[in-house]
Amino acid sequence: MKQPVIIHTPLYERVRRTLRAGDRVLLTGTVLTGRDVAHKRMYEAVTAGRDLPVDLDNAVLFYAAPTPAPPGRVIGSIGPTTSGRMDRYTPMLLERGLGAMIGKGSRSREVRDAMSRCGAVYFGAPGGVAALLSRTVRSARIVACEDAGPEAMMELTVVEFPLVVINDCVGGDLYETVNRDAP
Amino acid sequence: MGSLREIPVSLVADRVRELFLEANWTLGADVRAVIEGARDAEDSELGRWAFDQIVENIDAARRELLPLCQDTGLAVVFIEIGQDVHLVGGHLVDAVNEGVRRAYGEGYFRKSVCDPLTRTNTGDNTPAVIHVEIVPGDQLHLLVMPKGGGSENMSTVEMLTPSAGEEGIKRYIVETVRRAGPNPCPPIIVGVGIGGSMEAAALLAKKTLARSPGRPNEKDPRLATLERELLDEINALGIGAQGYGGTTTALAVHVDMIPCHIASLPVAVNIQCHVARHRETII
Repeated sequence: MKQPVIIHTPLYERVRRTLRAGDRVLLTGTVLTGRDVAHKRMYEAVTAGRDLPVDLDNAVLFYAAPTPAPPGRVIGSIGPTTSGRMDRYTPMLLERGLGAMIGKGSRSREVRDAMSRCGAVYFGAPGGVAALLSRTVRSARIVACEDAGPEAMMELTVVEFPLVVINDCVGGDLYETVNRDAP
Repeated sequence: MGSLREIPVSLVADRVRELFLEANWTLGADVRAVIEGARDAEDSELGRWAFDQIVENIDAARRELLPLCQDTGLAVVFIEIGQDVHLVGGHLVDAVNEGVRRAYGEGYFRKSVCDPLTRTNTGDNTPAVIHVEIVPGDQLHLLVMPKGGGSENMSTVEMLTPSAGEEGIKRYIVETVRRAGPNPCPPIIVGVGIGGSMEAAALLAKKTLARSPGRPNEKDPRLATLERELLDEINALGIGAQGYGGTTTALAVHVDMIPCHIASLPVAVNIQCHVARHRETII
């Protein structure tokens, strides 16, 4: 198996353009978390002409809501939620500079087209291994939607977070390849 | 009149708390064994890597007392109450919710329950979804199942027509898994309920998820055969662990069946991710 690609944030477009569907990646740097409530609110903010609560330029957005941090830890268990629920709001965020997304599961045609247009990538994080992924998180702080409880937007510092490129920015799609190659 | 056995509901609350704590921290040895078997048989390199992470996570969760998955689930509780039991000291439903509230607070579990319309979080992971059944005897059987949203969202009920027959049932189940693809965190366990009414089929499907994975239906050899055939067809889809492609998409298929109306053929498919959490006890 090919060695994983080492990448850091900010995840600039020139780096994103080198990644291909099926690549294993280890990501170090800053990622934002946000899922259903955060997306709805970002969408409403843009629709109403207000600023977004976070800076999305070349940012990595992780669809996740961790468990609360037990005493002595920076975070509890953390892992991806199903990305498809965010599809409706995603093209708008990509057009505002979002560079990459982390989640699990397939994306819509609209999202994949917008990724190609904006030079963005979609990473799959392993689902249901949240105690293991918790070890890669070195710091966590809430940056928006604090009232949304577990769905608050956080800024995480991660070290060698293990990912797989599902959709690259030239139309490659790991899930589709898997589907096509099935016996 | 026979004598009644008194069970204080506070005891039910205590047990519910313990079972949810254990279920979210420690995966059953039977589930782990099936996962390890599938890892060893996996042909795909990415798939093996995914399986390795799954096994490492089981160890990490237990060692560090962290939840196996950040989605610590909607609290589903099955209660079988012997008809010679007299519950005292409060209301059973309140006691179950109290146990859930304590487990999710003390365990630092995620509170994943909200108002369906406003999406406002209830803050303590209640209310639980509680299924009560009256059975003979003077014992109370408790089974808890923290159920994640990702796999639950890929679950469906279909009212097939009787002419669909066994072939139609199989086609519907395999198609449901194919459409779910990577979303429900494969490798999955597929719970199937055939017959009854719409809600009875769904409940039957959910109950099969409490079975030890891969243990065949022991009541009906026809269903044991159907389970084997479905498992082969589903694994031929090639979705693989985490949807990265591979030889194992499902760890097991569990089917149960009850009689239905002459006009109907209800089939429910309840999908369970690889973090197949459930714990039970008898009071």
